[in-house]
Amino acid sequence: MIVKLRQPKREIEMPGARTVNQLLDGLGMNRESYLVIRNGTLAPGDARLDDTDVIEVRPVISGG
Amino acid sequence: MVAVGSKCRVCREPAIIDLPRHNANFCGEHLLQLCRRQVEKAIAEHDMLAPDDRVLIAVSGGKDSLAVWDILLELGYKADGVYLGLGIGDYSDESGDFARDFAAARGLTLRTIDLRDEYGYDIPTAADATHRVPCSACGLSKRHLFDAAARDGGYDVVVTGHNLDDEAAVLFGNALRWDVEYLGRQLPVLPARDGFPKKVKPLMRLTERETAAWCIVRGIDYQVEECPMAAGNKHLTYKAALNEIERQSPGSKAAFYLNFVERMAPLLAGATQAAAGELRACSRCGAPTTGEVCAFCALRGRVAGRPLVPVDVVLGRARRHGRRRGDAA
Repeated sequence: MIVKLRQPKREIEMPGARTVNQLLDGLGMNRESYLVIRNGTLAPGDARLDDTDVIEVRPVISGG
Repeated sequence: MVAVGSKCRVCREPAIIDLPRHNANFCGEHLLQLCRRQVEKAIAEHDMLAPDDRVLIAVSGGKDSLAVWDILLELGYKADGVYLGLGIGDYSDESGDFARDFAAARGLTLRTIDLRDEYGYDIPTAADATHRVPCSACGLSKRHLFDAAARDGGYDVVVTGHNLDDEAAVLFGNALRWDVEYLGRQLPVLPARDGFPKKVKPLMRLTERETAAWCIVRGIDYQVEECPMAAGNKHLTYKAALNEIERQSPGSKAAFYLNFVERMAPLLAGATQAAAGELRACSRCGAPTTGEVCAFCALRGRVAGRPLVPVDVVLGRARRHGRRRGDAA
């Protein structure tokens, strides 16, 4: 699957189905600090992500 | 591919988000309902807004200020916005676009103030001149100009988008130093006094994850990229620490901050009142201040008219010398 990351903007390819929580854990990201958007819609932690999905991992923490 | 078994707690339809602190999952409709109810509860418990108040939203173009504007309109409040152009390179250009697009799409009134055009400086230049972290001049400028915009426009109250994570992080920092004066002032409502408008934080019960989800479900485009000048500040460090605790013990952030407001802040009120100095009018701008010249005019006096300093120059200097005193508290 294609995974879009922010801060800075970049894309990575991650082969193999996995859940949202497994994706975040694999990237070393705290689930409290991110939302995962699958094909334009929010996905909960136990949602399974497929190889054909386009995923955005969006940080929600701001420093102001 | 659909979700595996994750259902909305309210309607049992497929969930779009899990909220461990509520030990529940929610669909889009009931996530919005949860957010609205949390904001209504904050407003009612702390007497933040009256139905007929003229409300001014401090808008940054980020998720929190656009979410609070959207929620308050949904709840029936009359709310205009004010946006401050900080002059932080592409970041400020983009944030202004998000704020203006939000207002234009909904036919809302958004007043724009530009630091360079109207006051002769920007945040990178102020940080360079004062040798303090950029967040210091930024916060000072925002407080002063949002207060002034409310006074000039005849608004009853200024609303800011500070959320539960913001407040918990500030509380964490203040508690690390046991800064009793700041702790006593860290309230979701600052009443109007002596020329200062009333200021309220209706998102005090919502986390950043929840306000971001509100925007995504509502189709609100907001600036996701972080301010380049905030990178590495203490506020972000405190948030990361609190989120690590939250991950292992859901609900900790809410308990930390909301119980502080309910149980601890009243005990500190006396200390804050004793520390508050007598106010008079600033000799330059007329704003209320404890000195002859307010902090904003003092900053402007040091900075205005200097050659503008690019963002990259300030960031490069910060990287070379490390963070200095005055980091965001």
